[in-house]
Amino acid sequence: MNRFYVVVGVVAVVLAVAVFALLKSGGGASAAAAGPPPTVVDDGFRGYTLGSETAPVEITEYLDYECPVCATFATIQMPTIKEQLINTGRVRWRFRDYPLPIHKYSRFAAHAVQCAGAQGKFFQMQDQLFYHHQWAQTGKDPASLFRDLARAAGVDLNAYDSCMEKGQFAARIEFSRQEGDQKLVDGTPTFFANGTKLTFRRLPGSDDFKAVVDSMIAHASRRPGRQASATH
Amino acid sequence: MRYRQAIALLALVGLFVALYLWLHALGFGGAIKCGASGGCETVQTSPWAVFLGLPVAFYGVVGYLAILIVALMALRPAALTQKNWSVTLLGLATVGVLFTGYLTYLELFVIHAICRWCVGSAVIITAIWVVAVMAMRRKEGMTER
Repeated sequence: MNRFYVVVGVVAVVLAVAVFALLKSGGGASAAAAGPPPTVVDDGFRGYTLGSETAPVEITEYLDYECPVCATFATIQMPTIKEQLINTGRVRWRFRDYPLPIHKYSRFAAHAVQCAGAQGKFFQMQDQLFYHHQWAQTGKDPASLFRDLARAAGVDLNAYDSCMEKGQFAARIEFSRQEGDQKLVDGTPTFFANGTKLTFRRLPGSDDFKAVVDSMIAHASRRPGRQASATH
Repeated sequence: MRYRQAIALLALVGLFVALYLWLHALGFGGAIKCGASGGCETVQTSPWAVFLGLPVAFYGVVGYLAILIVALMALRPAALTQKNWSVTLLGLATVGVLFTGYLTYLELFVIHAICRWCVGSAVIITAIWVVAVMAMRRKEGMTER
């Protein structure tokens, strides 16, 4: 009996050391842009949008660049959604940052995209990060890779480096994350249609959003004098 | 006695697996160690990684801790011949297996990704359940030799 408790104690110590080593091997942050800012200021920015300003339905997506599901959605589902819903003027898509705390480089990635966005290359940089998503699986510092991706996106690297070094958009990203918290975002990607949270039993595709959009437009058209409108 | 010892050791291993996933979900450490497939990240960052407002791994920590405590209490000399401890262990293991079955269903058919740590936990809780059933099938009074 006593020998058993010794075995339990030894196994517990070995496992505790193993868990500590696993957590510690995650490493540290690489730049000011990788962490939350000391203060959060609302700069009035509410996310980049894709699609017509007059679209009857606005879909807001809270995303995390290190999230594999977000990358799958962006690379597999989004092209069809763009073709069928956004380019046809039925939907306007709004991108909001929601970096999850379990991801080491998601803030850094969001910041890289915002810095590219300041140069008018938001969507190009977003595509670079999602279509080369292997960076999110290695656990390695992606700062150097992101510069290469920024260059490929057509970003001026001097301005990009300065933006990243200053953490110019750290407060904007944190504001977006806090906004997500207030809207009870509990994972990524999370979607809202004209401000209403959407719940899907699986990763949604174009058909799922088409059903939502059809329903909202039909619902609005049944009310004389009222139109479906975006809340943001 | 051997069955209860086996359950205690299995629960101890399961506890640390769940603890690692829970601490990771709370933001400790960097990228989860899961091999090149990335299945753990897919599962951990999905909306189904949170259940009733808490990370799923938290329920694993609580469940394994409960099984460990009950198994250790069942190993006291006075408890060795009492079958109600085996019933309690089987009940806890059954709840764990059912919850794990639900989570595995989500991984396979909803999230379409497999987390190796989750598979490890599923194997452990299934093993605990099998051992608990074996302990129950022994006649009372002969169980804990």
